Amino acid sequence: MKKPPRLFLRFFRWYCHPKLLGHIEGDLIEVYNEQVKVSKRRADINFIIDVVLLCRPGIIKPVEVHSNINQRAMLKSYLKIGWRNLTGNMGYSLINIGGLAIGMTVAIFIGLWVHDETSFNKYHENYDYIGQIRHNNYDPSTGLIEGGLALEFPIGAALKNTYPQYFKHVVMAWWPGDYSISSGEEKFARRGMFAESTALEMFSIKMKEGSYRSLDKQNSIVISQAMADAIFGKEDPMNKSLRINNNMDVEVTGVFETIPRNNQLGDVHFFAPWSLWIASNAWLHGKETDWDNRMTNTYVQLEPNTTVEEVNAAIKDLFPKNVPADFYATIAKYKPHPVIVPMNKWHLYSEFENGEPAGGLITFVWLFGIVGVFVLLLACINFINLSTARSEKRAREVGVRKAIGSARNQLVLQFLSESLMVVTIAFAVSMLLVVSLQPLFNELADKEISLPFANVEFWGIVIAFIVLTGIMAGLYPAVYLSSFQPARVLKGALRLSRFGTLPRKVLVVVQFTVSVVLIIGTLIVYKQIGFARDRPVGYNRSGLISMGTADPGFDGKMNVLRTELLASGVVSEVATASAPLTALWNTTGGYDWPGKDPNAESDFANVNITYEFGKTVGWEIVAGRDFSREFGTDSANAIIINQAAAKYMGLENPVGERLTDVNEVGKFKWSKEIIGVVKDLVVSSPYEPVMQTIYYQNDQNDHILHIRIDPSVSAATAIPTIKEVLAKIVPTAPFDYDFVDDEFAAKFSQEQRVGKLSAIFSVLAIFISCLGLFGLSSFVAEQRTKEIGIRKVMGASIGSLWQMLSKDFVLLVIVACFIAIPAGYFLMNLWLEKFEYRTETSWWVFILTCLAAVVITLLTVSYQSIKAAMMNPVNSLRSE
Amino acid sequence: MKKFQLGEFEEIVILTIAVLYKEAYGVGIRKEIESRLVRKVSMGALHTALVRLEDKGYIKSHEGEATEERAGRPKKYFQITALGKKAMEYSKDTRNELWRSIPKMALELKAV
Repeated sequence: MKKPPRLFLRFFRWYCHPKLLGHIEGDLIEVYNEQVKVSKRRADINFIIDVVLLCRPGIIKPVEVHSNINQRAMLKSYLKIGWRNLTGNMGYSLINIGGLAIGMTVAIFIGLWVHDETSFNKYHENYDYIGQIRHNNYDPSTGLIEGGLALEFPIGAALKNTYPQYFKHVVMAWWPGDYSISSGEEKFARRGMFAESTALEMFSIKMKEGSYRSLDKQNSIVISQAMADAIFGKEDPMNKSLRINNNMDVEVTGVFETIPRNNQLGDVHFFAPWSLWIASNAWLHGKETDWDNRMTNTYVQLEPNTTVEEVNAAIKDLFPKNVPADFYATIAKYKPHPVIVPMNKWHLYSEFENGEPAGGLITFVWLFGIVGVFVLLLACINFINLSTARSEKRAREVGVRKAIGSARNQLVLQFLSESLMVVTIAFAVSMLLVVSLQPLFNELADKEISLPFANVEFWGIVIAFIVLTGIMAGLYPAVYLSSFQPARVLKGALRLSRFGTLPRKVLVVVQFTVSVVLIIGTLIVYKQIGFARDRPVGYNRSGLISMGTADPGFDGKMNVLRTELLASGVVSEVATASAPLTALWNTTGGYDWPGKDPNAESDFANVNITYEFGKTVGWEIVAGRDFSREFGTDSANAIIINQAAAKYMGLENPVGERLTDVNEVGKFKWSKEIIGVVKDLVVSSPYEPVMQTIYYQNDQNDHILHIRIDPSVSAATAIPTIKEVLAKIVPTAPFDYDFVDDEFAAKFSQEQRVGKLSAIFSVLAIFISCLGLFGLSSFVAEQRTKEIGIRKVMGASIGSLWQMLSKDFVLLVIVACFIAIPAGYFLMNLWLEKFEYRTETSWWVFILTCLAAVVITLLTVSYQSIKAAMMNPVNSLRSE
Repeated sequence: MKKFQLGEFEEIVILTIAVLYKEAYGVGIRKEIESRLVRKVSMGALHTALVRLEDKGYIKSHEGEATEERAGRPKKYFQITALGKKAMEYSKDTRNELWRSIPKMALELKAV
């Protein structure tokens, strides 16, 4: 007998109303059998047509709509039974709730962190229109566009005059910096920004006292509420006098609401007029037309109906339109042009590639976001695994309910509501955890995050979060549990097929893969940090302090200061330099040397130092000699270069060669002899190669004072003595010093933070996975109680039983390791690539991690296995 | 008497059931309609009509025997109920009334 198309027959049986099913199917088959005698194809086609056309309202079984009369009572009953279930199995419930709570806590913290990062700078009302000007130019030696935020002084005025229609505001400003503010005799160190007066309006600074015009007068200052409280306490700060850096007298003309930390201007506590800064710095006089040097900042606000792309295209020809004639050759070669970096890219996309914003903190935001989702996923997987594994306990209940007349979706609702209950309890626990761990997290992540309880949106998100997690964790178990067929289940014949345990095994493997990858990541991060830390820095970091000498009280006192410090007995050497040891402040180009390729670039970092600098910092001369007072011509004629410079210039024996400085059109400026080569000093990033550097002997450019504490004296005794000497010689300057090794350590702060957070997440992930494993293994042991009892009676030893019970789980973890190793390797290489100076992904990291994973698994599982193996067979075999 | 709602197709089906007397079941009804009216009848339309007619109370059904050709599924035989007969008669009477009321001219249909 030929059969009609099975798929459609099944389809028909599925949708057809049970009452009509019998005879309509009979009709279909009768017709089919008649037609199949003529042609099977025809019969099949007609069958299909009939089935499809039968799919209509009169024949389709009705959706099981239940009268909603007793819905409330049903829900109450579900919750009651759910609660009894929870409290009846305390152990499992705690594991479930605990795991979920931890997962949710992690997810919440990460969510808060991501929110903080992405809402950076949103404090400013004109967020969508503000940008900072960046100078981009073409670098002929690499073919790429590079640039920076330092601009030529005239750019601000040039923008205003050449393109007035695009800009609502153009604000010139100096880099935000640390200044010493004195009020009467007291001195405070505060960060502030000198900017044109329209900055207040542009950044929509919330003025509590004063107005947007508060900086119109040259000798004025507006301070933050926090600064006002610190300096003036309860008094009204308005119209009081302050002194900046001991050479600028100002009057307080306004107080503004302290800018929140998650803003680029977050630590700026005062604004002062740009004109004041120019007036107080003699070297800036006349720079309004200097196109040769780049040093200022410029911020702009676009007119409302323009876009950044539009304006960027329009202002491309700023330089050709405004520079003096003798610069034409330079701009033809380097094609400099200004680019507006919009405010929404400032924080997360601070790294540039080929002139475009190309990333930065955004990678961390993505990374942590994904980690957060994964950890939550792990917790949900736990929940799913435990619920489905323990489903056999509830099988009879399902059978009875179905036999009485419960519909499938009622059962699904019941189990979903149970999971929602668990999730809600877990959420409450996680709220407690978040609130109590908040200060720790803030310290770790260097933020000021708190739960925005007052925000209505927050509660909306909370509810969505609970529902989503509840569904994610509870759906599969609910569907699985409600699919039991009452006949089989009530007979007690429910045996899980091999495929029943497969999803659970897959989930465990997923859990451990994620955990192992996290651990590998953490280890490699720490390895990289250690590697960079151990990199020889070229000088002696410890016992060295440095401070700024901006205070005019230092002028002319340097030599006296040095003598007095040396005389105090706690200092072994003193020197000044034009830049600190931990930052690159000045690079210049336009040099020439024997053997230089005429078309090649010649950018060098420049540092001006005093004679004793080398001895103060403890650098190592590898060829030639250090600067020395015995050679009176050193300041005029001599320079020292570092090894990187020697390599850059391609000079085998640089000592004795002459370096020449030429200006843009090749005219000679000066020529000096290289008297020595020094071992590279790591100044900027410990992950990057050292830049070629030239050291000049110059006593005038003394911005930073370096003091080497006598090695035989402890820092604790030395510091107060140094402070005394300074107070005597330069009474007006606050003793604001830094330890150089602290400043250097700060370079690792970001990676260290990543490392710490990563370590915490790995530990949590493994903990959650083990929690799940603990529950599963205890369940499996319980399942096999009788089997174990029989085996024991038959003479199995505890060891062999332990092996039997643990084997499966260990196997799963090993599979997870095999998957995690290539994944981890790939990801880590991706991360390490962005460091030029990097450690390698050595094989021992992977082996160690896998071993650790296996050991942890064994420990977790063994507890249950051994407990089960040691049970008295009399008890296990006695059961009902 | 408005309570006798009988659609066009339903009317045909119920008439066919009457025609087939004791042999009226799904496939049989379909074959009869297809041969007499030369019109394709789909199983879906037919069974929907049968369900509706039964819901209205115009026909009643009883189980028949199961046969091999039907893979063991029983046949369902339909019969007209008294209500159904009334509905048929009502329909027939109203049609006849309408026919009688047509003026002679209307049926001539000669071009004027």
